[in-house]
Amino acid sequence: MADKAKDVLFNPLFNDNPIALQILGICSALAVTTKLETAVTMSLAVVFVISMSNTAVSLIRNFIPNNIRIIVQMTIIASLVIIVDQFLRAYAFDVSKQLSVFVGLIITNCIVMGRAEAFAMKNGPGMSFLDGLGNALGYSLILLVVGFFRELFGSGKLYGIEMFALANEGGWYVPNGMMLLPPSAFFLIGFFIWLLRAVKTEQIEEEN
Amino acid sequence: MAKDTVGKTFGVALAVCLVCSVLVSAAAVSLKPTQSVNKALDKKRNILMAAGLLKTGESAGSARIDELYGNIEARVIDLSTGEYADVNPSDFDARKAAIDPAQSEAIAPAKDLAGIKRRAKLSDVYVVSDGKRIRKVILPVNGKGLWSTLYGFLALDAKDLNTIRGLVYYEHAETPGLGGEVDNPNWKALWDGKKAYGENGEVRIEVIKGQVVPGNPAAQHQVDGLSGATITARGVKDMLQYWLGEEGFAPYLDKLREQGVS
Repeated sequence: MADKAKDVLFNPLFNDNPIALQILGICSALAVTTKLETAVTMSLAVVFVISMSNTAVSLIRNFIPNNIRIIVQMTIIASLVIIVDQFLRAYAFDVSKQLSVFVGLIITNCIVMGRAEAFAMKNGPGMSFLDGLGNALGYSLILLVVGFFRELFGSGKLYGIEMFALANEGGWYVPNGMMLLPPSAFFLIGFFIWLLRAVKTEQIEEEN
Repeated sequence: MAKDTVGKTFGVALAVCLVCSVLVSAAAVSLKPTQSVNKALDKKRNILMAAGLLKTGESAGSARIDELYGNIEARVIDLSTGEYADVNPSDFDARKAAIDPAQSEAIAPAKDLAGIKRRAKLSDVYVVSDGKRIRKVILPVNGKGLWSTLYGFLALDAKDLNTIRGLVYYEHAETPGLGGEVDNPNWKALWDGKKAYGENGEVRIEVIKGQVVPGNPAAQHQVDGLSGATITARGVKDMLQYWLGEEGFAPYLDKLREQGVS
């Protein structure tokens, strides 16, 4: 039992990462990773939403009629996302302005629905919570890695604090503008997947 | 299965909706006061940015904002006469006034460039001084873009009440990356130094398609368009035409010139 819980929680980090292996939730990973600050906030929001939605869906899984299960899951997820959005507006106004529509778009993040449908509908609340947490952490891991490199090379800063002396202020570092554009996140995620599969060769898909 | 009956389906749907709506409304209502404080602070921050007292992107705590805000005096004016009205600015809510039939009037459709349908009779304005002289006058502007009404501030240099010193938007819901680029610091920087009025006092300022040709005599009245955001850019132009015109702040600016405030 304890082993299973551990697997459920930690597998999504490297062995079964939702972004790197399942290639889900890419859209928001491109949009909110220009700075670490937004990436961190987005990660926290997603951690809250997935673990809570998984728990809630799991709790009522035996009562949800099959033909309306998707819409019930959506309702729960959407409510949680609105609550998160309201909290951000109250306590992290600047970040919520920068994240703009992307907090609301957590509703359509495939990972959230995917976990509710694939795991929470079949497992107990405790396990579902761990599964949600694990998957959200797997998603956050990528967001943070990508955000780290994009902010560092794109603006020479980390969390808004200057790391490299910028050329336009008399330093040596010329910021790489491409890092601030969405394609760079694709490249970084690509590198991450490459690295991951070089270490864990069982993730390499067979050629046909 | 038993849970798939029509009754159960409706029951579960109803229960889920009830619980979710209670949670969502509880969060929305209980967090409203904190959000309003943030909004008020954000408005002050944007006034300061339009005034050039606060750099774009500069983070400042509420204490710093209140300190800088000491240079700014909020006043309420009567738009049609241009006179200062005897209303306490902190009691005046421009948004409420614009929809209150007693405090606003309908705009004739032909004149409604900004697409706002009703205009409050009074308006708030912000006068920026450096202790001795008035440096800038900040005017609130709003108008329809593509999806939303944009709310912002236009700063005019008090020297001639013609040179634009800045245009910032603090609330809109335009497409991020396209119309949302009205928040882009590079684009906002283009406004500094542009002339709002032509020689005969007509409103000349406009956002054009493509790039401004330097050297063109009209260039001093023109700002580059936003690519992929034709309608938002047109909205920006139209709202400035409206608010700088006779229906808007022109009477007030005339009064200021007469009195030689500058």
